[in-house]
Amino acid sequence: MNKRLGTKSDIIFNLLIYGLLVLSLLVVLLPFLYVFFSSFSSKSEYLSRGFYLFPNEWTLNSYGYLLSSDGFLKAYGNTFFITIVGTLINLVITCLMAYGLSKSWLKGRGILNFMVLFTMIFNGGMIPTYLILKELALIDTYWALFLSGAIAPFILIIMRSFFSNIPEELEEAARIDGCNEWVLLFRVVIPLSLPSIVTISLMYAVMHWNSYFTAILYLNDSNKWPVQVFLRQLLLESDSSMETHIGAFEYGPPVKMAAVIATALPLLLCYPFMQKYFNKGMFVGSVKG
Amino acid sequence: MQKAWRRGFPLYIMIAPGLLYFLIFRYAPMGGIILAFKDFDPFVGVFESSWVGFQHFEALFAEPDFWRLLKNTLILSGLNLFLFFPAPIIVAVLLNEARVKWFARTVQTVVYIPHFVSWVVVAGVTVVLFATQDGGINKLLADNGFSRLEILTDPSYFRGLYLFQNIWKEMGWGAIIFLAALASVNPTLYEAAVMDGAGRWRQMWHITLPALRTIIVLMFILRLGQVMETGFEHIYLLQNSLNLAVSDVFDTYVYRQGILQGEYSFTTAVGLFKSVVGLAFVMIANRLAKKYGEEGVY
Repeated sequence: MNKRLGTKSDIIFNLLIYGLLVLSLLVVLLPFLYVFFSSFSSKSEYLSRGFYLFPNEWTLNSYGYLLSSDGFLKAYGNTFFITIVGTLINLVITCLMAYGLSKSWLKGRGILNFMVLFTMIFNGGMIPTYLILKELALIDTYWALFLSGAIAPFILIIMRSFFSNIPEELEEAARIDGCNEWVLLFRVVIPLSLPSIVTISLMYAVMHWNSYFTAILYLNDSNKWPVQVFLRQLLLESDSSMETHIGAFEYGPPVKMAAVIATALPLLLCYPFMQKYFNKGMFVGSVKG
Repeated sequence: MQKAWRRGFPLYIMIAPGLLYFLIFRYAPMGGIILAFKDFDPFVGVFESSWVGFQHFEALFAEPDFWRLLKNTLILSGLNLFLFFPAPIIVAVLLNEARVKWFARTVQTVVYIPHFVSWVVVAGVTVVLFATQDGGINKLLADNGFSRLEILTDPSYFRGLYLFQNIWKEMGWGAIIFLAALASVNPTLYEAAVMDGAGRWRQMWHITLPALRTIIVLMFILRLGQVMETGFEHIYLLQNSLNLAVSDVFDTYVYRQGILQGEYSFTTAVGLFKSVVGLAFVMIANRLAKKYGEEGVY
């Protein structure tokens, strides 16, 4: 018996484990790689050649088309705007409320906590929410996106439990030094909580970057559309109807692939940074949410 | 008494913007539910519109569409509950059993990625792979003399594609919670098992899987509470006029008939039905979780 490999059945076990891991690796990775490499392909090669992973002829035409088309750049810019402003609004409102609710001595805290929890299991539904936003004249403004999702309840709860774990003594000391609650929050609590604030910022930013439904629900003006909506419109155009657009006709399906890559890229670039945080387990709560 | 309120005053100010958010954007729509019992007239507003009692619900239950929506929702949820659910557990066990740690970490890093891309990007990758003429998979089939498959338009592929997309996107991320449970297993258990001559299979069967039992039951119960949630964006992006018979669920129906067609009252009733059934499932699930000796979700 080979001591390193173990018995025969252990060898089979290992083959199975590594085989399945390699399989899941490929299932996840190959579609991305296919889209990535094909986005550098020319239209004629893509349409005339059978299946291939690597193009014979590499070209940046698809990306050139995207960058030269107004629609894409505009939508991309809109998404950046929505993500940055939206996340800032989320952060301010969430952190303030979470800090307030983290004090166990606060009167009325139980009712407020219940109010937050209840929205996680019951909601008024799509139509009443839409009508409220319409009534407030928020339709077709970015405020609809910023305000309708100003707080994600499960992120508020994560932040609240983080704040309530900050040692009481620290705050008492600051209070004795004459700090009021505001100074305490901004000078002591927030600097201490930076890692979790970064984490929830990333969670909110990912939500804003990826959101598609709220945009089609609340924005009718195509000039305001985020890149997710642009990508969806592009994907819906069948290749025959693409021929009516003089620009897209020349580049064909690879333009779609370039748009998929461009839309996913910022998140993929941020991913290594995010990983540092979710490995710490902060993200686990979000799975339950 | 007075003092407690005064001491809390700055905190109430901090809570106020968030509270306003909840009142305006979460609770006011719950009040809007009265629309389901009215015949909404946009010219006179919600309050002045006339009451119609349960008329919309009677119409809903008489509607053949309703049974189709319910059936589709339950089938897709069933797929999630029984076929998606094991995927993250399998991934977690595989990652745990792989003794070459750098390799396990690499796989882990990669399988998390799809969780972070939007459903629109997933839909894009799907179109690029499965389009009948130019899709990668169909090109591959055609190259090898097979006939092309109409995966995106043939309704018989819809449910399979829905399930596959879900597994592809979430199996890695979903594994985190099971990996966390496995991380707390005492390594001496494995050492003792090796001493007793247990091979890798028996170690998995007698140590790894029992360590997961509690969390598996709890996660299953939590999922049970989400029976009515099949993922609006996911389904909407996969939906087209050809697969509507199998892909239409409550949310997509409400969006189409309510927002696009303007049948506000009727679709509010549809939405309310969905929310109430959803609430009932969450409460049953929570009761079950407590019975099982867990804290429950609320």
